[in-house]
Amino acid sequence: MYTIGADIGSVAVKVVLLEDGEWRDGIIVPTGWNPKDSGSEAISAILNQNDLTRAHIARVVSTGYGRNSIECDERITEITCHAKGAKIIFERGGVRFVLDIGGQDSKAISLDEKWNVSDFLMNDKCAAGTGRFLQNMAVMLECELKDFSALPNDIEPHAISSMCTVFAESEIVGLLAQGVDKQALMLGILDSVASRAEGMLRRVGFNSGRSARGVAFTGGASRSINLAELLERRLGVPLLTSEMSQYAGALGAAEIAFREVLSRTRGAG
Amino acid sequence: MRDVESIFEEMRNAIPAGPVRIKEAVDKGKKIVGCYCAYTPYEVIRAAGAIPVTLCSTSDKPIAAGEEHLPRNLCPLIKSSYGFALTDTCPYFHFCSVVVGETTCDGKKKMYELLNRLRPTHVMQLPQTYADPASLALWKTEIERLARRLESELDVTVAESDLKREIAKRNEERRVLGDFYALSTLNPAPLSGLELNIVNEFFKVSFGDEKSLELIRELTSRLRENYKEGERRVAPKKRVIVTGCPTGKSLEKVFNAIEENGGTIVAFENCGGIKPNYELVDETLPPYDALAAKYLGIPCSCMSPNNKRLDLLEKLVADYYADGVVDVILQACHTYNVETFLVRERVKVPYIAVETDYYQGDAEQLATRMGAFIEMMN
Ligand code: SF4
Ligand code: SF4
Repeated sequence: MYTIGADIGSVAVKVVLLEDGEWRDGIIVPTGWNPKDSGSEAISAILNQNDLTRAHIARVVSTGYGRNSIECDERITEITCHAKGAKIIFERGGVRFVLDIGGQDSKAISLDEKWNVSDFLMNDKCAAGTGRFLQNMAVMLECELKDFSALPNDIEPHAISSMCTVFAESEIVGLLAQGVDKQALMLGILDSVASRAEGMLRRVGFNSGRSARGVAFTGGASRSINLAELLERRLGVPLLTSEMSQYAGALGAAEIAFREVLSRTRGAG
Repeated sequence: MRDVESIFEEMRNAIPAGPVRIKEAVDKGKKIVGCYCAYTPYEVIRAAGAIPVTLCSTSDKPIAAGEEHLPRNLCPLIKSSYGFALTDTCPYFHFCSVVVGETTCDGKKKMYELLNRLRPTHVMQLPQTYADPASLALWKTEIERLARRLESELDVTVAESDLKREIAKRNEERRVLGDFYALSTLNPAPLSGLELNIVNEFFKVSFGDEKSLELIRELTSRLRENYKEGERRVAPKKRVIVTGCPTGKSLEKVFNAIEENGGTIVAFENCGGIKPNYELVDETLPPYDALAAKYLGIPCSCMSPNNKRLDLLEKLVADYYADGVVDVILQACHTYNVETFLVRERVKVPYIAVETDYYQGDAEQLATRMGAFIEMMN
């Protein structure tokens, strides 16, 4: 039995195909201007690539900001799907918190013992603390996003006091003019993102003393090793990251679809 | 007897017709007194022979104009209120001879200083705690001072007998609303939150008129009868109580986000809902004492401490079988925002605070937030 989870994000569409609840395939394509088309195309692509048709799929669940734009059997928010996906990816990690820093938004989710969402916070109004902030800063500093992941870890981040993108830009112009080291500034920028994230985690109940305190770090920004290190320094615990974490939402959606089909067939049988 | 749909229809139509009725009243020589807040004792204004009306304050349209005089990082309710007055686009403001305000939150009381340049604004000095006798005494004096001001502004006298009559009448209005709200304690709910909101908005433009009150009574008994006969207007969903800053047109986006994503709003604790109406004025006390006690007891976040709000919410959660509580915080409303910490602790059911303003741009995000919040309850 096949199920599909489609995470229609603002930057990328992620689709996961499960066979009897086990990973079969996953693809990632840019969302572009039209989430409806890119969503449906990504689903067709994964079907083709596995010699399947829509008729083979027992259930499709969509999630992400574009979840309403494609045809599917159920739509579930990215918060719930992320939590379910993290359960699968980090099953053995004892994860109680998920921190997701994506291109347009960031979220902190706390989970109970059964991996259900017990609280969450989202920041989607302002760029600070999201990938967008890093993107803007990269443009300012005439470097690329990937450079934010290749910084030496033996220099101190230079503190950036402004959280707001607009103010941070002028602050950085000033600091560069004063001759502050560019790499220290880049680390400072990352640390301001880390400080935002720390605040969100604490507000959903994270504290370094809690026994089960694993934090899974997902989303595009989790690929920055420097950011992960700075976060670990602030939180005082190691973060769990995974190559698979980009799929967390889609995987969670496919898993929810699988559970639903299962409970229905059981109910019917 | 009319059916439920046609009663709702009549109410929906009455809301935009409010200004015309006020104009007609003015043409007949009636005086209009503009109000913003639940602390304004309507009884005193009515005893002075005037009609108290709620001034416009819940649209984003006049905010830009308001920001010409006010700082941007101020609560949208305050900017909207002032912007409406400044641009003369609130028909109720246009027709009112006096405005009554209170020293509730900082932004509002300072805004009234500017508003006074547009229309005579009487500001009542509101104490910020309800339990202590000195505060109660001050508030009683303030209510008396309001009566004296209205007497001189409107050239009338406010007699105790008038006050007593208006107290009884307003109490009856609160009772009618209370009966209506109590419908939603039924599980599953007999009506949606959007419908609740229609009645709240309709009540604002009832202007103390008996016919409007009768319509609410009729709606209540119709809904109750239909429910008994097995009619279910809304599918069973997660039961949500909305609390926080005052509700209004521009916040319907939040209510929609709740009700389109698996929830039903069973109660609005906010001003415009239960908060100002759940307690009556004691008709056995001398009128000014009774009014002072009732109004100072409104559990607004301007009070410190504000334990009554927490008690009220706890009771509502139990009475309305609530599955969750949504605290709506207007941007830059510090008092309600700080209080979210205590509310979260107290309600013991899933709780979420959403910060928003009057602009409609965050409807998508609200849908995700509310959707995830309701999924959390499953
Ligand atoms: S919330 Fe407080 S300040 Fe606002 S209208 Fe209600 S009583 Fe007045
Ligand atoms: S919502 Fe808050 S800030 Fe705005 S007027 Fe009411 S109490 Fe003041």
